[in-house]
Amino acid sequence: MSNTDFVLAIEDLTVSFDGFKAIDNLNLYVDKGELRVIIGPNGAGKTTLLDLICGKTRASKGTIKFKNQEMTGLAEHRIVRSGIGRKFQTPSIYENLTVFKNLEVSFPRGRGVFGALKFKCTADVKERIESVAGEIGLADQLETEAGLLSHGQKQWLEIGMLLMQEPELLMLDEPIAGMSVRERELTAELLERICRNRSMIVIEHDMDFVKKIAHKVTVMHQGKILAEGAMEKVQADPKVIDVYLGH
Amino acid sequence: MTRLRTWLTSSDLAGIAVLALVIVVVLPLSLDIFRLNLVGKYLSYAFVAVGLVMLWGYGGILSLGQGVFFGLGGYAMAMFLKLEASDPESTKIQSTPGIPDFMDWNQLTELPFWWEPFRHLPVSLIAVLLVPTILAFIVGFAMFKRRVGGVYFAIITQAVALVLTVLIIGRQGYTGGVNGITDLKTMLGWDIRTDSAKYILYFVTCALLIGAIFLCRWIQRTKLGTLLLAMRDKEDRVRFSGYDVANFKVFAFCLAAMLCGVGGALFALQVGFMSASFVGIVPSIEMVIFAAVGGRMSLVGAVYGTLLVNFGKTFFSESFPQLWLFLMAALFIGVVMAFPNGLAGLYNDYVKPRLGRKRDLPSEPPEPKPLPATTPSHAPAAGWNPSVPRPRTDPKGVGPAVA
Repeated sequence: MSNTDFVLAIEDLTVSFDGFKAIDNLNLYVDKGELRVIIGPNGAGKTTLLDLICGKTRASKGTIKFKNQEMTGLAEHRIVRSGIGRKFQTPSIYENLTVFKNLEVSFPRGRGVFGALKFKCTADVKERIESVAGEIGLADQLETEAGLLSHGQKQWLEIGMLLMQEPELLMLDEPIAGMSVRERELTAELLERICRNRSMIVIEHDMDFVKKIAHKVTVMHQGKILAEGAMEKVQADPKVIDVYLGH
Repeated sequence: MTRLRTWLTSSDLAGIAVLALVIVVVLPLSLDIFRLNLVGKYLSYAFVAVGLVMLWGYGGILSLGQGVFFGLGGYAMAMFLKLEASDPESTKIQSTPGIPDFMDWNQLTELPFWWEPFRHLPVSLIAVLLVPTILAFIVGFAMFKRRVGGVYFAIITQAVALVLTVLIIGRQGYTGGVNGITDLKTMLGWDIRTDSAKYILYFVTCALLIGAIFLCRWIQRTKLGTLLLAMRDKEDRVRFSGYDVANFKVFAFCLAAMLCGVGGALFALQVGFMSASFVGIVPSIEMVIFAAVGGRMSLVGAVYGTLLVNFGKTFFSESFPQLWLFLMAALFIGVVMAFPNGLAGLYNDYVKPRLGRKRDLPSEPPEPKPLPATTPSHAPAAGWNPSVPRPRTDPKGVGPAVA
């Protein structure tokens, strides 16, 4: 494929586990500054798709190009360093560390062994930690042990840890699972804010939330894309209603 | 600068100071040189335990083959001392004078080429540090890059220990076999068998051990230390934050191996021989027991653990020769079941809160909840605190951070 303007261009992507094709010849393009939501019934391959993009799972076939650079075959930490951040489904934070330390560890400096030995928490690092903490609403909790945060705050902290790295593509796997109504609203606002200068892929089940945040929706089913487009269009699609929304 | 000051006044340093007082002042004043030399031997094991705190406690990587690195360091030192003890004059009754006695018994007629470098003390000292580290690097790189971890890694380290033991015992002519390298006498002409030499070597061991603890404590406080802990609990999160996790594991493994090498060399100097019985699977597991009894998150605790287990071993084996292995096993099982964080955990949970409250209250009023800080104070005490149960609202400085 020739160079494109897409931040992320996935073509003919296939992964099979013992013959079962979890992702089957999938094509997906994400624009700069776009917030894409992927929906689909359980087992549709949504999380597997994110795993493939961030290198956790290796593709059997196909290409994943991020800023026209091939990502398949790169080591996970190289993919992260090229600008792709991934949030896991269950909050994945360092529970025994303070919020401050959680963010500090995520700062993209001193990533080698000796770099980490020499790393100093200088003023610019602190400034960045404070600004991210403000963004995710944890400015008052910097010295709190992360394990003591509420579930929603943990989710925000993990998003904050990704923001520390200023990724150009941010992938969130069910960011509002288990959140209260108020927390969902705050999260929607947060995602809108942080999407201004980056692209995002969000997996979500909550349709009201999806309506609120999505620029474009992709519906997946059995490892394939069933429909793609604006939320209203997708919701009206009979195929989609049949496999997913109708239930 | 302020961080340095907060550290120096923190309980960490107090813990190290108390340990230094015990091993440098109290024990030498209260024990005769025979017993003190035994303590020196135990302290050389403590290097292994300190290394295991970094590798196992912090890095979450259990190695059951640390004896390999201890042995390599010990053999490197012993080879130098043996060559010095085997000058042509004192070995003139051999059929080939000037080579170590066991080589002569095994019909070797010249020194193997790889023994040659060990004629020089600086080379031997470098070998003490580098040979274990390089082996650890090779094994670690091969394993961790392939994401071998946990039980599988532990089994492989056991295999390495077994292989090295078999190799040493099998190549008797080159290594001294089961007997090991014995009859070590002098180092650059200085007789290491005299009481004064034993005293000096004891204090050198103490100094190096405290230096090693400081080095490890410093590493724990850098971002690398934080990353080791982070990896232990959420390896994927660290990997997907842009870190090559394997490199950090290799580093921890190499660091632990280098400490083992230093311990082994000090062991050879103080005990006057080195043999394959300190390399194999059983001694390697014993070394893990030292760290477990002391508390695998605590550098200082690991030293106390080593001393306690070895004192126990000596005491039980002198008093109850038939029972001592069972008693040792009971000690280990008891400690692990009752106090999973070892002596250090015991201290942190029961002793320290009492001490701390008395001491800290006047100077620092308890804060029930950290206030919204615009400039984070970033106190080291508020960092990792894995050994204390979480739902606690201890005032700062009471609960956390084991040295």
